[in-house]
Amino acid sequence: MYLYDDIDQRIVDARVREFREQTRRYLAGRLSEDDFRALRLRNGLYLQRHAPMLRIAIPYGMLSTRQLRALADIARRYDRGYGHFTTRQNLQLNWVRLEQVPDILAELAAVQLHAIQTSGNCVRNVTVDHLAGVARDEIVDARVWCEIVRQWATLHPEFGFLPRKFKIAVSGSPADRAATFVHDIGLQARRAPCGETGFRVIVGGGLGRLPIVGQVIRDFVPWRDLLGYLEAILRTYNRFGRRDNPHRARLKVLVRDWGIDRFRDAVEAEWAQLRGGPQTLTEDEVRRVASRFTQPVYEPLADLDFAEEPRPFAAWRRRNVHPHKQPGYAAVTLTLKRPGVAPGDVTADEMTAIADLADRYAQGELRVTHEQNLLFADVRQRDLPELWRALRDLGLATPNAGLLTDVIACPGGDYCALANARSIPIAEAIQRRFADLDELLDVGDLDLNISGCMNACGHHHVGHIGILGVDKNGAEFYQLEIGGDQGGERPAALGKVLGPALAGEEVADAVARLVRTYLALRESEAERFVDVVRRAGPEPFRRSVYGDRDQERAHRPRSAAA
Amino acid sequence: MGIVIKNGRIVPDPPPPDVVLEPQDEPSALAARLRTARVVAVRFAAYNDGRGYSIGRMVRERCGYAGELRAVGEVAADHLAALRQCGFDAFELREGEDPQEALAALAVSEALYAAVRAVRARAARAS
Ligand code: SF4
Repeated sequence: MYLYDDIDQRIVDARVREFREQTRRYLAGRLSEDDFRALRLRNGLYLQRHAPMLRIAIPYGMLSTRQLRALADIARRYDRGYGHFTTRQNLQLNWVRLEQVPDILAELAAVQLHAIQTSGNCVRNVTVDHLAGVARDEIVDARVWCEIVRQWATLHPEFGFLPRKFKIAVSGSPADRAATFVHDIGLQARRAPCGETGFRVIVGGGLGRLPIVGQVIRDFVPWRDLLGYLEAILRTYNRFGRRDNPHRARLKVLVRDWGIDRFRDAVEAEWAQLRGGPQTLTEDEVRRVASRFTQPVYEPLADLDFAEEPRPFAAWRRRNVHPHKQPGYAAVTLTLKRPGVAPGDVTADEMTAIADLADRYAQGELRVTHEQNLLFADVRQRDLPELWRALRDLGLATPNAGLLTDVIACPGGDYCALANARSIPIAEAIQRRFADLDELLDVGDLDLNISGCMNACGHHHVGHIGILGVDKNGAEFYQLEIGGDQGGERPAALGKVLGPALAGEEVADAVARLVRTYLALRESEAERFVDVVRRAGPEPFRRSVYGDRDQERAHRPRSAAA
Repeated sequence: MGIVIKNGRIVPDPPPPDVVLEPQDEPSALAARLRTARVVAVRFAAYNDGRGYSIGRMVRERCGYAGELRAVGEVAADHLAALRQCGFDAFELREGEDPQEALAALAVSEALYAAVRAVRARAARAS
């Protein structure tokens, strides 16, 4: 991970002092509710249903064990002893008290953590492929570029009051594991034929109420010009993005309204002016940032063959252990998806235990994935059996990474004031319904994402199966979508609504029907659920859930089935 | 006209601006008028409306304007430090804003932006 120098430390310390002062003025009645809202949000603090919620940034998902222990300690002393990992590489505390937030931020700053710009209408935490630095297919280590973008975006004085929030994701590999097509800006590392590194830039993607797949604005921006080009996009958005309606204020709406060509012309005109300016990157600066990253120490080892492995270990290895660029090493997913526990929730005691394991087996570092799991990136393969036993004892070895029960879910109606419906009980019902491991393994890769309202924090639009909480006359109902894909080997796609919303108790059964239909239709085990939806269209799936329940719709010609 | 502060003090009798830029204005279209102006104002339409920050930078960096650049409209204490980074050197505070509190808030946030400037300088120095 990136280690702060004095200058980086000065920023987080000075930010704490500023917010402490602003909180004091607010509590003394010197700042209005409205003014303070803008100030607290950019420090990660929401005020909602039960209590304030504090969202802590975990830049590109990396944590040291020292930081994880500090988070555990904060969760114990200032909260109810647990935290919630989100899909955007943040940790949320749900029960903090406003008066104590400056102290919490000071404790975070002491371990090089912060909550700067985790909310509000500014550039949010920059996210990345969680395998960055260890993936076999990568062109660049995307974390270095994330850090460079993070430093540029942190307290950028021009972009503190954008029309709306702004999300950037970086992928360092040809396979896009960072969902770059559904961010305001997606950056994909590219290597030009001459060997120069640069980025393909995608703009105007996003989920939420108006899900849109982003479009390529420029196929190749040389690395030196990266920040200048970002500045040109942000300035164009800051000046021309809509401010009259918060639901129409994201970059995706500007790009849609103008069309990509007009938007590109405006950005390129701005860039022509900014190009070569002070934000131009130098080799020295890139090298400096890279050199502040801790480097794992690898022993010369060979890849192991686990031929004689016991069965539960084999299942875990198959699902939760990932190939590593270094022979003899592996990356390991710790799934935070356990029946009876909200996806992404971890208790303080678990955090401490995980930190101990990471010190022992993973060189003292871990990562938070956008699937709301944790990852040990650098594990010796020969330690895998021991690590597996230790994780199993903690309940963190459920061999379901990437499977149907590895559900992504937002906090939903149990915690979130905006929710139409609860998402956690739905996740639990599905996890209970699919408790049989053999069945799960047979079904294979299946992303199931749940959001409690159309703000789509659970990314339901890009789930192979997406579930959205809706309100029907005050009752909780759930709409199913199928065919979404966050991208990866294949391009990103948005799911399509399957039919009328269902009652909560019908959802798990409907998912089971979808799965049965998939199993009946697939041509081989290699054909995933979402591949079958693409090939066969939604109709057989729709029929399996609704039967002839809505005849009228069934008789209409269905263009989506093409 | 509201209270104008500049260089850490209240300006007793501030001159009216020669040019006022609205949030939707294109600074380069006014380049000729900026050449002879001594006070240019940029209007902020709402607390959360950040368009003027871009305009400020463009007026300074693109049009080369070197006179007084005054933020007017919904300008509050906690805006001042970032506005300064974008080239503003005078601030006409919104109705009801206490100038002493605004100066105190500016001093606190200035320390933060000094660190931000240090980050930028570090990146440039690395070359
Ligand atoms: S999707 Fe809706 S319910 Fe879920 S966390 Fe986001 S705003 Fe809250």
